[in-house]
Amino acid sequence: MAAPTTPAEIGGIGHSVQRKEDARLIEGQGNFLDDIDLPGTLHMAILRSPLAHARINGIDSGAATALEGVVAVVTGDLMDQHGLAWMPTLSGDTQAVLATDKVRYQGQEVAAVIAVDPYIATDALELIEVDYEDLPPITTPQQSLEEGAALIRDEKEGQDDNLVYTWETGDPVATEQAFARADRVVTLETHYPRSHPAPLETCGILADVNSVTGQATIYMTSQAPHAHRTLFAMVAGLPEQNIRIVSPDIGGGFGNKVPIYPGYVVATAASLLIGRPVKWVESRTENLISTGFARDYYMKGELAVTDEGRILGLRVNMLSDQGAFYSDAQPSQFKAGLFHVVTGSYDFGAAHIDCKGAFTNKAPGGVAYRCSFRITEASYLIERLVQNAAYEVGIDPAEMRLRNFIQPEQFPYETATGFVYDSGDYPTALRTALEEVGYDDLRKEQAEARAEGRLIGIGIAHFTEAVGAGPSRTYDIAGLKMIDSAELRVHPTGKAILKLGVKTQGQGHETTFAQIVAEELGIPATDVKVEHGDTDHTPYGLGTYASRSTPVGGAATAVVSRKLADKAKKIAAHLLEAADEDIELDSGVLSVVGSPDRSVTIQDVALAAYTNLPEGMEYGLEDVTYYDPPNLTYPYGSYIVVVEVDPDTGVWEVQRMVALDDCGVRINPMIVEGQICGGLTEGFAMSAMQWITFDDDGNCIGANFMDYLVPTAWETPRFELLATEVPSPHHPIGAKGVGESATVGSPAAFVNAVIDAVAHLGVRNIDMPVLPDRVWAAIDAAG
Amino acid sequence: MEVTITINGSDHAGDVEPRTLLVDHIRRTVGLTGTHIGCDTTSCGACTVLMDGKPVKSCTVLAAQADGSAVTTVEGLKTAEGLHPIQSAFTDDHGLQCGFCTPGMMLVGASLIAENPDPSDDEVRWAISGNLCRCTGYINIVKAIRTAAARAAESSGGS
Repeated sequence: MAAPTTPAEIGGIGHSVQRKEDARLIEGQGNFLDDIDLPGTLHMAILRSPLAHARINGIDSGAATALEGVVAVVTGDLMDQHGLAWMPTLSGDTQAVLATDKVRYQGQEVAAVIAVDPYIATDALELIEVDYEDLPPITTPQQSLEEGAALIRDEKEGQDDNLVYTWETGDPVATEQAFARADRVVTLETHYPRSHPAPLETCGILADVNSVTGQATIYMTSQAPHAHRTLFAMVAGLPEQNIRIVSPDIGGGFGNKVPIYPGYVVATAASLLIGRPVKWVESRTENLISTGFARDYYMKGELAVTDEGRILGLRVNMLSDQGAFYSDAQPSQFKAGLFHVVTGSYDFGAAHIDCKGAFTNKAPGGVAYRCSFRITEASYLIERLVQNAAYEVGIDPAEMRLRNFIQPEQFPYETATGFVYDSGDYPTALRTALEEVGYDDLRKEQAEARAEGRLIGIGIAHFTEAVGAGPSRTYDIAGLKMIDSAELRVHPTGKAILKLGVKTQGQGHETTFAQIVAEELGIPATDVKVEHGDTDHTPYGLGTYASRSTPVGGAATAVVSRKLADKAKKIAAHLLEAADEDIELDSGVLSVVGSPDRSVTIQDVALAAYTNLPEGMEYGLEDVTYYDPPNLTYPYGSYIVVVEVDPDTGVWEVQRMVALDDCGVRINPMIVEGQICGGLTEGFAMSAMQWITFDDDGNCIGANFMDYLVPTAWETPRFELLATEVPSPHHPIGAKGVGESATVGSPAAFVNAVIDAVAHLGVRNIDMPVLPDRVWAAIDAAG
Repeated sequence: MEVTITINGSDHAGDVEPRTLLVDHIRRTVGLTGTHIGCDTTSCGACTVLMDGKPVKSCTVLAAQADGSAVTTVEGLKTAEGLHPIQSAFTDDHGLQCGFCTPGMMLVGASLIAENPDPSDDEVRWAISGNLCRCTGYINIVKAIRTAAARAAESSGGS
C-alpha cells in the first residue's frame, strides 16, 4: 500500500479516519425513514395476493372502509381512474401498481388501506374481500417457455408467450472454431438461486404532497434519489421542480432500494388525494416476498480447453427467471446486465453468450444485490468452470488459473465480449494469497486426510469485476446517462461543504468523500461536511449501487476539488505577488516554488476568495462537476477457502478464508476492510443458506427470517484479509470501488471448496445454497 | 390500560392499548426512535432493549408486560460522564456501517460485559447471535465488544 501523502490531522487518502456518521448512530440519533414523523401523518398497509396466479373478479372494501380510523381504501380501479394502475419499470416493462385484472405472483399488491394508525390499517386489510379465480401458476422459467404454457402477461400488447427477452453477445463463429480446436469441452450446468438483499431496514416512504402548492416532499429509502425524482415526474406527471426526494439515513440497501415499488406510488397518490402525509414501511415479509429479489439464473457454461490446460473459448447459455414483470435495475442496453463479463480473469479470444429471460408467477425484481448488474452470476460461473476444467485436465486448480491469466503487460485488455479491463496483476494476487494460506501444505494435508476418510476441500476464486457504470456512450438507466456529480463550496473560514449525487447506505461517504477533498485541497477531512440524499440540496446523479460511488462520484469529487485548487493557486499568487504557475499546493499550504517560506494556507485563500481577489476574478470558492467516466473500473481479487466436510452428514465448516482484494487506491483502509468483511459474509450466506424458493403452487418459502436464513455471528466464518494496490489508470485518484467485490467473488470460492472436498469422488456440481442434505446426496450418489 | 415504564431513568405513565408492542410504545408514544424494527418475528434483534438489565426483543414484548419495569434503550447508554465504553468502542473499531442494528448490538454487548467482564471471541459471538447485521460480517462488532470489555475493566480497576 502506498503511504498517505497528507499528515494525519488533514486525513487525506490512505488514512483510516474514524467515521463522521458514527456519532449520531451510536447515540440512537440516526434519522431513518420510520423515524420521521410529520403532523397529521396517516399510515398505509397493503393487501397482498395469497395466490401466485389468479383472476380478480371483484373486490369488496366496504367493511374495511367502514372501520373506525380508516380514511380510505385504495384499489386498482381507483388508481386506474388517475392513470396510475400501471407503472413503467427500470427495464422498459410495465408493472401493476395495484392489480386490476389478475394477480401474477404471491404477494402482489391488490389494495391499500390508509388509516390514522398502522395497527388499524393492518386490521382493515382483513376486512377486504377479494374474489379470486385460480389460474395455473408457473414457477420455473423452463415451464414458462414450454409450448402451451399459460400466458402470464396477457395484458401486454404483442406478448403471445412468456419470453421476456433474448440477448446475445460475442462471436459465435470464432467460438465454434475455438471449440473445434479444443482437446476437451468442460460443461457445467448450475443454478444461481433466487436470493434477497434483505437490508436490516426494510423499504419505506413518507409522502407529503401539498394539494394547494403542488409541492411533493417524499422521504424514501432511496439509493438513487435524483433518478427517482425524475421517474416520479415521468410516472405521476408531477412537475419535477415541485418534487423533493429526501433519502435519510438508510439501514442498508444492497440494491433493494434502487427500484421504485408500487407502495411508493400508492402512498404518493394517496397523499395527493387525501391532502395529508402518508407513510408506508414494509414488514419483513413484504420485503422478502415482493421487493427486490436477485439472481435466479440457470446457467450452462462450456469451456473449450487443451490438454495443457489452456482455455480456448467459452460458450454460455443462460435462462433467467424474471418473475411476473421485467424490472431489473440495470443499464438499458444490456438485457442481462453485465453478465457478459463472464470471461473473467482469463486470456482467451472467443466467447459466445446467449441469454433468455422468462416471465414466471413470482415476484419481479432482478436487482443487483451487492453486485454490478449480474456480475456475481458471471463470476460464479467462470470460476466454477475453471475449477472443474482443472479436475478434468488433471492439473491443480491454482496452476490452471496461472496458465490462463491475463498478464500485467496485457492491460488495457479487451475481452472477447468487449470490456476493456483497465489494470491488474492477477498472478501476483493469486500467488500472494496461495502463499498466505500455505497452499502446497494444504494440498498435502488434504491427501493425508482423505487417507483417513476425512474430507478437506480448498476452493479458489479469482474474480474480476466491472464496476462504476458508467461512460455515457454506453450506460443509461431509463434513458438517464449514468454520470454523477459533486459540488464543493469552501466557506470564508476555510471550512467546506461537499454535496453529492450519490447516497450512502452505510458505506461511509460522509467520511471518505471528505478525505478526497482533504487530499486534494488540504482542508482537514473533519472540516468538510458531506451532504447527500436530498434532491433540493445536491447536484444530479444516478445514485449509489453497482460500486459506482467512488468510481464516478469520487472522481467528480476529485475533479471539482482540483478546479478549486486551480482557483486557489491564482488567489495565492495574488496574495504572494507571484506568478500563477509558480504556486504549488501541498497539504493545504500554497507556496512559491523554490521559496517555501513565501506561503499562505488554504484557509487564508478561502478568506481571500470572499475579501481580496485579483482584478477581474469572480468572488467565491466553489464549483460543481458532472463526471462522465471514460471507462468502467475493474477491481479484482483472489479468494481461497478451506473447508472440512463431514462425509456422514454433509455439514461443511469453513476452516480458513483468505481474501486478497485489489481495488486500486484505498481512500480509507479501515472502511475498505469493513466493506470486504461484509461482502464476504453475504457471499458465504448465498453459498450456504440464503434462498428464496417456491413450492409448486407458487408459495414463497423464505418469507421471513425464520425461513430465509441469513447468517448470524455464530455461523459467519473468520476472514483473513490481504491487499495489493494496482491503481486504475483512468480514475483521478486511482480508486476502483470495493463495496461489492467480496459478494461477487466469494460464493464461487466457498462452493469450489466444498466441491474440491468431494471432487475425487467425481462430484462436479452442487447447486447453491450448498445445504448439508445436498452435499450428502452428492456424496451418496457418487457412491 | 394504564402502564408505567421507567425508560432511561424517567417514568413514563400512560394509557396503552393492550396489544401495543413495547417497541411501538417506545418509538411512537415516548418518541425514542433509536430502537429499530427489522423483522416482526423476533429474529433480527434490531429492537433489542434492556428490560431490568436483560436484553429483550421489544417487538415481542407488550408494553403492558413492561409495566413496572426499568427499560434502557440506546438513548440511555450515555451518562453524565460521557459515552458508554461500548459506544466509543463501536466507533473506534468500526463496528457499525449503516447503523441500523447498532443500538441492539450495543445493548446486548453492554449486557454481556456487565455479566462477563472478559468475554472470549466465541462468547461474544454466541451472545450476539440473536442479532443480525447485514453490513459488517460481525468481525468488528465482536472486536468492539471485547474492546469495551477491556476498557470497562481497566476503568473499574479490575484485572
